Amino acid sequence: MIKSFRKRLGILGTVGPTVLWLAAFLMIPLIYVIGISFLTKNVYGGVDFTFTLSNYASLFQSEYAKVFLDSLWLSLETTVICLLVGYPFAYIIANAPKKWKPFLVLLLMLPFWTNSLIRTYGWNTLLRTEGIINHFLQWVGLTDHPLEMLYTDGAVLLGMVYALLPFTVLPIHTSIEKLDPSLLEAAGDLGAGRVHVFTRVILPLTMPGIFAGSIQTFIPSLGFFFISDMMGGAKTMYIGNLIKNQFLSARNWPLGAVLSIVLIVITLILMRLYTKVGSLEDMA
Amino acid sequence: MKQTRDKVIISLKDVDKSFEDERVVKRLNLEIEEGEFLTMLGPSGCGKTTTLRMIAGFEYPTSGQIFLEGMDVESKKPNERDVNTVFQNYALFPHMNVFDNIAFGLVEKKVKKDEIRRRVEEMIKLVRLDGLEKRMPSQMSGGQKQRVAIARALVNRPRVLLLDEPLGALDLKLRKQMQVELKHLQRRLGITFIYVTHDQEEALTMSDRIAVMNQGNLEQVGTPEEIYNHPKTKFVADFIGESNIIEGYIEEMDGDSIQVTMESGKARIHETGYRLEEMVYLCVRPENLKLATDSVEGFRFRGQVREHIFVGSINKTMVELPNGQMLKAETPAEDELIPVGTVVNVYWNPGKVVVMRTAEEQIYNVIEQSVEIEGMTNDQIF
Repeated sequence: MIKSFRKRLGILGTVGPTVLWLAAFLMIPLIYVIGISFLTKNVYGGVDFTFTLSNYASLFQSEYAKVFLDSLWLSLETTVICLLVGYPFAYIIANAPKKWKPFLVLLLMLPFWTNSLIRTYGWNTLLRTEGIINHFLQWVGLTDHPLEMLYTDGAVLLGMVYALLPFTVLPIHTSIEKLDPSLLEAAGDLGAGRVHVFTRVILPLTMPGIFAGSIQTFIPSLGFFFISDMMGGAKTMYIGNLIKNQFLSARNWPLGAVLSIVLIVITLILMRLYTKVGSLEDMA
Repeated sequence: MKQTRDKVIISLKDVDKSFEDERVVKRLNLEIEEGEFLTMLGPSGCGKTTTLRMIAGFEYPTSGQIFLEGMDVESKKPNERDVNTVFQNYALFPHMNVFDNIAFGLVEKKVKKDEIRRRVEEMIKLVRLDGLEKRMPSQMSGGQKQRVAIARALVNRPRVLLLDEPLGALDLKLRKQMQVELKHLQRRLGITFIYVTHDQEEALTMSDRIAVMNQGNLEQVGTPEEIYNHPKTKFVADFIGESNIIEGYIEEMDGDSIQVTMESGKARIHETGYRLEEMVYLCVRPENLKLATDSVEGFRFRGQVREHIFVGSINKTMVELPNGQMLKAETPAEDELIPVGTVVNVYWNPGKVVVMRTAEEQIYNVIEQSVEIEGMTNDQIF
């Protein structure tokens, strides 16, 4: 009797705070958001307690569909570029001399420890018409008028890739590190040149890392709104911006809630995929 | 088989290998003949695996040359060498099934699809893996993986097969079985095998010739019989099989025999070619060490029986010499045992002892010879 009470106290003491924290900051807000998504917005920007499904119906309006498609497309572009840049990057780090490795990983992680807003402002000062790059190009004489770089779709893409690259590199790096070097020797021994060693052995065996890296890049890229705000001049609307606007400017909370829920659902599906790939990797 | 063994397929000339400051292989000279089963034997860290890796092309010699069929392979990468390796940990591709693993090399060589199928299937039969073509490496036992690794290398019909402790991870029974299978396979295919192991019994069972290595040096190369019965150095005598090694010096010489004086006694041995007072090691295998209660002609060498150990078909008898050294003698189990505590005469049959120069004496001899040569040329000059 006493023993089981103690046991319960133990469970409460260890798991309790976590459960409490999750309930207060995750479960309750989530239930709140789900609740709001079924309510009606009132003229003053608040909500009326009248049940409706019209918020969900408005998802099928073409302008929202376009926002979703634009967002998915941007995220896809970001992920692909991150992979193309990140894979060689990860490969170089994984194969660097031992004493250099921690330093290279540190360089990769360093931007994480500074505020992402500030880092994005950094790009601003580089790219704008009176920015460093334009000054330099004019000084060298490559162009006689400042180039329009900031507030373009390209700038948004650049900002996204910059912010998310570490998320791609780290899982790939891990899977390259895990490669048994004798497998590469075996492939060479059996007649494979460098290209075939890569395509027939390294690439398939690091596929789990590529998958994990892609999903870890794709998911956060869907929700980033400040990069398109700051570097795209809010010309193109993405999911993140749309949600932010519904809550802050348009004050249509029910619609914002619906959009948030859709984003969460997409994320959950991708997370499910991610864990599946993870368990596949364990099997190998 | 033996008569075809006259063509050298691999030769190592003054091969030296250092990793940073450590010299792991020291001026190795070795010739490997076509079709032979050569085992590189030595304790871990003796440089045998490094030597194998240099032949495969995974490492390059710091100095010296390696010739494959007469061609210097210095600039050749592993994929350009006509040798294949069976790795210690098998190194099977985990994302490919048995068939694709074995077919890997043939696909690289751009062999036609139906020929690949034919050759892989033939190999699968040869290593008795029928029906497992679709298995993934993670679903196989150590012994099965081993067979896949061997098949994957042999399917390419290499001139030389390199095996790096391929049986190390298997249990004793399976290892014994695979030893026999590998030997049969090698005989049947006539491919040169270079086999690396630290297991002396394995080396004795399988090899045509054994190259014993120690601390980067090649100690001795020879047939298992030569290595076992006529070890050239103390290390070889000690490492291969069990040995009683007794230190002594040459006190007398007359015609065809020498008298060796040891701390614990004297013995007369039919040997020539030594110097008076030269330090030597006597090496006697336990099965050749005899014990008698009566005195034996030519020996004044006594010890006390300390212990009998029964090991199935034989008895091991431990004899302690006056200086404390323990000798081991083996007798058939049915022989009568000498009671523990008895003082016995220790002897051996003529020809069953190996006299070895100590390392210092060997160096001394080399110096002496070179001085003699210099002396001769000096005579000729003046």
